[in-house]
Parts: sequence; C-alpha cells; structure tokens
Amino acid sequence: MTEQGVRWSAEQVLSLAPDAASRTAGGKLGTAVPWSGAGSGEGTVWGLCKGSGSRPYQTVVDLADPAGPAYKCSCPSRKFPCKHALGLLLLWAGDDGSVPASAEVPGWAHEWLTGRRERTENKQPRSEGGSGTGVADPEAARRRAERRAERVTAGATELEQRLADLLRSGLAAAEQAGYGAWDETAARMVDAQAPGLASQVRELGAIPASGAGWPARLLEECALLHLLDQAWLRRDRLPDALAATVRSRLGLPATADGAPVRDHWLVLAQYDTVDPKLTTRRTWLHGAATGGTRLLLSYGAAGRAPELSLPVGLALDAELSAYPGAGQSRSALGERFAAPAPAAFRPRGTTTAEAAARYGEALRDDPWLDAVPVTLDRVVPVPDGDLWQLADAEADSALPLTRTARSRPGLWRLVALSGGAPVTVFGECGHRGFTPLTAWPEHSGEAVTLC
Amino acid sequence: MNGTSSTDATGTPTPAAPASATSPPSPTAPSPWEDLVTTALLGTDRRPAAYGRSGREAPLALLDEAAMATVRRRAGLRPARAARRPEPAPEDPRPALPTAAARRLATLLTDRSGGGSGGRRGSSPDLMELLPQWLAAANAHGYAAPPQALPALLDAARGRTDLRPAALAFAGPRALWLARLNGDWRFALRAAPGGGATLPDPGDAEAVRRLWQEGLFAERAALLGALRAGTPAPARELLASTWATERAEDRLMFLDSLRTGLSAADEPFLEQALGDRSRNVRATAAELLSALPASALATRMAVRAAACVALDRTQSAPAIAVEPPLECDSGMERDGVVGTPPAGRGERSWWLGQLVESAPLGTWPGRLGGRTARDIVALPVTDGWQGELHAAWCRAAVRQRDARWSRALLGSPSAPEAGGPGAVSLADRAKLLAALEPAERADWVAGFIAAHGLSEAFQLLGVCAVPWAAPLGRSVVDALNIARDAGSYPWSFSGVMGLAERCLDPAQAVRLEGLLAMPDEREDAAPGAGGYWAEAFQRLMTTLRLRAQMTEELAPAIIERPSGGAPREGE
Repeated sequence: MTEQGVRWSAEQVLSLAPDAASRTAGGKLGTAVPWSGAGSGEGTVWGLCKGSGSRPYQTVVDLADPAGPAYKCSCPSRKFPCKHALGLLLLWAGDDGSVPASAEVPGWAHEWLTGRRERTENKQPRSEGGSGTGVADPEAARRRAERRAERVTAGATELEQRLADLLRSGLAAAEQAGYGAWDETAARMVDAQAPGLASQVRELGAIPASGAGWPARLLEECALLHLLDQAWLRRDRLPDALAATVRSRLGLPATADGAPVRDHWLVLAQYDTVDPKLTTRRTWLHGAATGGTRLLLSYGAAGRAPELSLPVGLALDAELSAYPGAGQSRSALGERFAAPAPAAFRPRGTTTAEAAARYGEALRDDPWLDAVPVTLDRVVPVPDGDLWQLADAEADSALPLTRTARSRPGLWRLVALSGGAPVTVFGECGHRGFTPLTAWPEHSGEAVTLC
Repeated sequence: MNGTSSTDATGTPTPAAPASATSPPSPTAPSPWEDLVTTALLGTDRRPAAYGRSGREAPLALLDEAAMATVRRRAGLRPARAARRPEPAPEDPRPALPTAAARRLATLLTDRSGGGSGGRRGSSPDLMELLPQWLAAANAHGYAAPPQALPALLDAARGRTDLRPAALAFAGPRALWLARLNGDWRFALRAAPGGGATLPDPGDAEAVRRLWQEGLFAERAALLGALRAGTPAPARELLASTWATERAEDRLMFLDSLRTGLSAADEPFLEQALGDRSRNVRATAAELLSALPASALATRMAVRAAACVALDRTQSAPAIAVEPPLECDSGMERDGVVGTPPAGRGERSWWLGQLVESAPLGTWPGRLGGRTARDIVALPVTDGWQGELHAAWCRAAVRQRDARWSRALLGSPSAPEAGGPGAVSLADRAKLLAALEPAERADWVAGFIAAHGLSEAFQLLGVCAVPWAAPLGRSVVDALNIARDAGSYPWSFSGVMGLAERCLDPAQAVRLEGLLAMPDEREDAAPGAGGYWAEAFQRLMTTLRLRAQMTEELAPAIIERPSGGAPREGE
C-alpha cells in the first residue's frame, strides 16, 4: 500500500461523522493545538490528542483499507468514529503541516495496524470461498426457505383480509381508529417474517395525519400493498425478474449475485434515514464508463452511523454486483482496488421531460417504485407560490420538488448556488416530485451536497 | 396510452406529481379515480360499486382497480409548466475565496448551533466567536462569498444583529437576491441600503432628488446617510430643501444623520433647527452645535457655564468654586437645556451639568487662571461639587473628542481612585479612552490592569484596538497568571478570557506556552482550579493559533496552484 496522493477535503471528512454533535466536536479538535506526534503515511493517519485527563488519547485511522476507513482511539467514547478521529482527519485534510508525511509509524499505532491488516487478510479468502461453501446443508436451507415462504404467505393472506375489512368499512372509519390498528397489523407482519410488508403498513398509519388529500394517498398505498400481496401469492406465475423484485419488496433476503462490474464509481449522494430502531444509509454511485447509477444500502443499529461512508465527490475504483430483481438499482460493493480519490467528472444530465419519462418506464419493471435516480442538466430552481420546481433552462417544462426537499436546508443551498442560472442537479424523481440531492455549478466547481 | 396524468387533463401548471392524485380533472363529472376514492372512504358496505366483474369480493375488486389506476397514473406523469423564473442574481465581480478559507468558513458556520451552550467550555475554541474577525478579514481582502455558503451565512446574521453589517457585505448581491425569496432573511433587505434597491449615484442630481422626494423613509434615510458620508454639504442642502414638510420623528432621524461629517458649515442650519416645534429636534440640534466649539451656541453656553464656575479666592490654596444657575431661562431652553430634572436630582445641579457639558472645553484654561486641563482637574472643588463638575467635563470631552481633557480626566491608570468608584465611572472612562490614540489607549489600559487587576477591566478592554498592542497583551496575560496563582476559578474571568481569545495578538501565543502546564494543587486554591486554568489557557492558545491560521488562509495565493490537494510547505 502506498501513501495516498491526495488528502481529503474537510466536508468529506465530516461526512464520516455519526451525528451532528460529533461533527461539531470533531471540528473543534481539527486544530493543531491539542495534537502532538501526529503524522501520516502508508494510508494511515495517527496522533496523540490531549484530552481532559493526564494521558493523551492515541488515535489512528487506517484509510488504506478499500473496505472503508477504520478507526482506533483510546478514548472511552462509543461514537464511531469518535471526535478525536474526526479531528485528526480534519487536521490532516487541512494540510497545514501539522500532520507531516512520515515513514515511521509509532509503535502503538503500528501494533493495531498490523493486527488489523492481518485480520482483514485472513478474512478475505474465507469470505471469497464462503459463497460456495457457506451453505452447509443445501437441503436444510431449502426447507428453511420453504417454511419462511409459508409464513409470508400466511402474512400476505392475513394482510389481504385486513385490507378488505378496511375498505368494507371505509377509510373514514380507519381514520377514527387511529394509529394503533396499523401498529398491530405491522407487528403481525413482523411475526410473518415479511419486514417489507411491516414497514409499508407502518407508513400507511401515518397517511391519515398527512393533511389534505389523504384519502386518495391512502387508497393508492393500500392498492399497491394489495398488488404486492397478490404478486406474492401468485409469484409462480410471474417472470423470474419480477418475482425477485417482489421478494425484495417483501424484505426477503437476497444475495447480490449479479456479475461484478468494475468501474470508477463517483459518489453522487449519501444520506441517512433514521428510524427509532435502524439508520439506513443510501449511497448513490455513478459509473464513469458504464454510465449506470447504482444504490448501496448500509445499516446502523439505533443511534449508530452505518459503517460504510463514501464522501460525495470522490470516485472509487471498485466492483459492484447487482441484487436480483427487475428495475432494482441496489448493488453490493465488492472488491475495491484503490481508496476513494477526488474525481472531476460529472454524470451526464438530461431534461425534465426525459426524467419523468424515465420514471414511467421504470414502473414497467417495478410498479412499486417511488422514484428513480436522475441527473438533470441545465435546470433552474424556480419558486412557484409556496412550492418550488426545477425548470429546464431551455424548455417550458419543470418538475415540482417533493415535500421533503422543500423542508430541507439544502433547498436554499441549491437556490443560492443557482442564483437564477442553470445548474446540474442529481436527485430522485418520482410520483411525489423531484428530491434534489447534489448540485454542480454550471461550468466548473465542486459538487454541493443538498441532503 | 390513455393514462396520461390528470395534470395533463386539467392543463394547469400545477405540480404534476403530488397534485395529480387529488385534483379533480373536472368539477362536474367525477373521474373513475374520484369515484374509487369516494367508495374507499365510505366503505364498500355502504357504497356498493360495480367492480365485481371478476366475481371477486367488492373490497378486493376495488383495490384491483385502484392499483391499476395508481400505476397507470404514475407511469403517465409529465412535467408541469414552468413557473415564472426569477431574475438572475446580479454578478459578483469579487474574486473567489481560496479553497482553504472557504473550508474554514464552512467550519465556522457549522459551529453555529453547537457552541455557546451554557456549560463549561472545555479547551476547544468557540468558533462562532471567530466569525466576526473572519468576516472582517475576508471583507478587507474583497473576496466573494461561495454561493452555497450564503444560506448558513444569512442564518448566522439573522441570529446575531452584530454580525449583520459584515456578513451582508461579504455575502454580496446574491444574498439580497436570495433574501427576496425567503421571508426568514427579510432583515437583509431592511439592513441593505434602500431596502435592497441600489442607491442612485451621488453625482446623478436628478435621481437623488427624485428618490429624496418620492422614496420611502428607509430609502431616504439611507440616501441621506450615504450622501453625508461623501459630500456633507449637498446632503444638508437636500435635507433643508424639504425640512419644513417633514414629520417630527423623521426630522429627528434625519437631523441625527448630520452627526457624520459635522462641520462649522452646518451651523446656520442647526441654529435654525433650535427653533423647531419638536423638543427632541431642538435638543439634538443643540447637542450637535455644542460639539462645534466655534458655534454661537457653544459661545453662549461658555458664557453661561463660566458664570457658574470660578476660582475661589477666599481659600488659601487655589480651588474651584461653583455657583449653579438660579433659573433656567427661555434662552437656555432654546439652546437645548432641559428645564425639569429627572426624579431625585436637584434643579440647579441638573442645569449646571447641562451648561458645562455643552460649553467648549477651551473656555476653562482662560477662566481658571491659565491652567492646563491636567491642573484644572487636579484643583479641589468647594462644597462637594467636584463629582458634578468632573462628570460634566467628561461628557464634554467625549462629545468634543478632546484628547487632552480626556487624558486629564482619566488621570493616571495606577491612581488608587481609578480602580474604584470615583467621580469618573468606568463607563465614562471607557468613553474617554475612545478619544485617545490607539497606542495611548492600550498603554493606559495596560497600566490600569497592572495596578488594579482584571476584575474591572472588561469594559475598558472592549474599547482597545484589535489585535491588542504588545504591552496590553502582556499585561492581560500576566494578570491572568496572577489570578490563577491567587487560586480563583477561571470562569470568574470568563469575560476577559473570551476577549483575550478574540483580541490577543496571535504573536503573543509564545508567552502562553509556560501557562499550559498543569500546576500543582495548592492548599489554599479552589479545588480543581489548576486543571480548569490549564484548560482555559489551552483554549486561549488554540484560538490564537486558529486565528493566525485563518489570516494566513485568507492571504491571496501568490502562485496559482491547482485547487485543493497540492500539499503546502509546513510553517
């Protein structure tokens, strides 16, 4: 492994932070004063940080691992990475000479690094061989899958019954019944081992309180859930790809068995959705050569940041394998050939009309799809009463922004970046509208994250 | 495909996606979808529908139809018509920030919410407090703000009015463009001259006259202020041209703007304003005139004041005798003397104070035996009038910006009464200091701190030029060191510490090295104080380093380098 040619930017470092408090705390430690003995080399950054105690904390970050940065710090924090690791990386990113390149890794850092790298190397052959030999007993596995399918079928049948009851007595009655009934149904779906159904049902529960027009929205979502139930119950009559889509919508396990595609993958956007039990991190990647846009999902238990963190604007030379299913963008990150490095290219953009058409076409493969990833080229954010839209600079057509996008501070960064002039915007385009995630100024300039 | 969106059917420029599910395509005949929603809302038991084609149960048949309709409509969504596009933001011709400085700005702005919480501050710097300095330095270099930083910058300025002028200057024209789109930032338009509209070129007499005649109050006030700063005389003439027709509160505000660029040429206008209908306008005119020592009003006041203050010849040693005025006549009232004292003050001393503060200080050496200001201040005053008289002189020295009298009234910084409540309060001293040259001011405060410590120094430090001159910085650091050795807690000095972080010259950081060590706990010291002091000094040091780094980042690059990346030499 070699010394990385380029240091990261502060934003890229800060995007590793598990939460806002860590960002702030890390930002404060990103100055030379509390640090001593800091240095970098061989893809590693290390330093001693003076804390409130008498002994300084020993902090090491291993950036060379293609699987993502790894951290080690002697502080008692349970945050990951802790503020010391963030501060050290910021200091390193600042490149003001306080973290000099040094050949000599101090003993305490060396010990951890070698231990870690040995472990990773030992792990790799095992996991590579794992796909073949991991299933110890194919017969038992098949039986387990069958049992699960039976339970899901029972769940889907029960859900159908509940939906029918709901429509028999009317959505108006459901509004009065409130949230509790939905929660109970969701719990039943968890028992039926259909987590996809459970989370959809939980979302249904929130619709009656979502303001004007809720009956239509609730009917839409109930109908699509019904469609999913029906699709599962008749899955043997569906084409394989669609059946795989249905399985993934239901939340059944799948392996990313698509052929690995090696490319330079530009990180377009990364954002977390936080749920009381789970943090889901979505990372959109764009392949320089293949031109495809793929989604990586990673999860963190309640309150912890998911481990995979890819700063926007970097590109990584890596292999991605697609998950099965028609119209699915989800992929798994396979082998990484080099650590992420800043990239100058941008995804190729399109018009608003083409973006809407693309969503429509994607529904052919996956009718449950809420949005597709799209890069819009030369669009201007335009206020439209209380709403906002992204309008083509040249044509009289525009995509409205979603409610989520309107409430984010990123909207104003987008408007400020544009200043009434065309910009390139990457985001998700769907039936609720367009959610901008990243923007680039018209001619040159770095990506600005909006989420 | 017949499934084109309802947006399409209505032909309205409403947003395609969210509205399509709810907006009726036509008010008369409900669409099939509308009908489905109504049935779903009421329940198939109450509103049986004809969906049972396939022989399925009514609710399931309804869901079948609804699913088809939903997917069909989603697949047929089309973009909406574009709304009216905003005017593009004006060009910002200033050069872009260096990369490192742009990054620093982002860090300073992210700290906004986190910092300043009530708890102990720890050893890390308070970044928000450094934003004003950063902005001042960036403005001095004339950089343009990175557009994507504008929202955070406007939010910061919204929360802190003291930041606004510098933040808005740095934010530039695009921030005003942005503020017109977001009600939260309306303050930016109010703060900007002319409510965001550009002021006419001062040379364009016609445009100036039109704005003055037709503009809103804020626009006119901004216009007058701008003109007055450049060309005081035409500004005054502009005001005089409409003076008689202005409302009293507007007259007061406009008159106040003459403070900038005040000169003897303004006297006739001000003298005329002494006859104004409004008492507040009269008082302001009198105050402005008294700041012109050669004005007729100042001369009248000098005569009146001199009548009240004389050398007491009955005493063996020279002393000042005071005989306050017996009445407040109409002439005095016309010259701005307020007849009725506030509750608790005697009439005569109240009048005396007003006469002396409005009289030119140059009157007194002649009146009091040719003595210098210093000697006059040193003279004893009979019958307990010293407090009243010296306080009035202080106000006069501040108003007339008289360095010699300010120096005399300030006295020696190490004099015992300088530290305690004397005739001259700390607030007055701070104002008097403002009349001195920055170096002299810093020396005086340094002397004060050396003699009296830090507990009273906060207000005085506030008027010293930033960064602090070397002697002053030394004095503050030494005093902090003494305070630590005295065994008190650092937060008793948190005000001074905070000032030191912002104002101490980063070059002084070297002097702090020795203070970072954890001192041995002494028996009489407050428990744990040593650790807190070490932490406080560490924060001070970190902040100083950070400030030095900030300044360096803002320096324009001498050699063009590729943005980001390229490693620099360490210092």
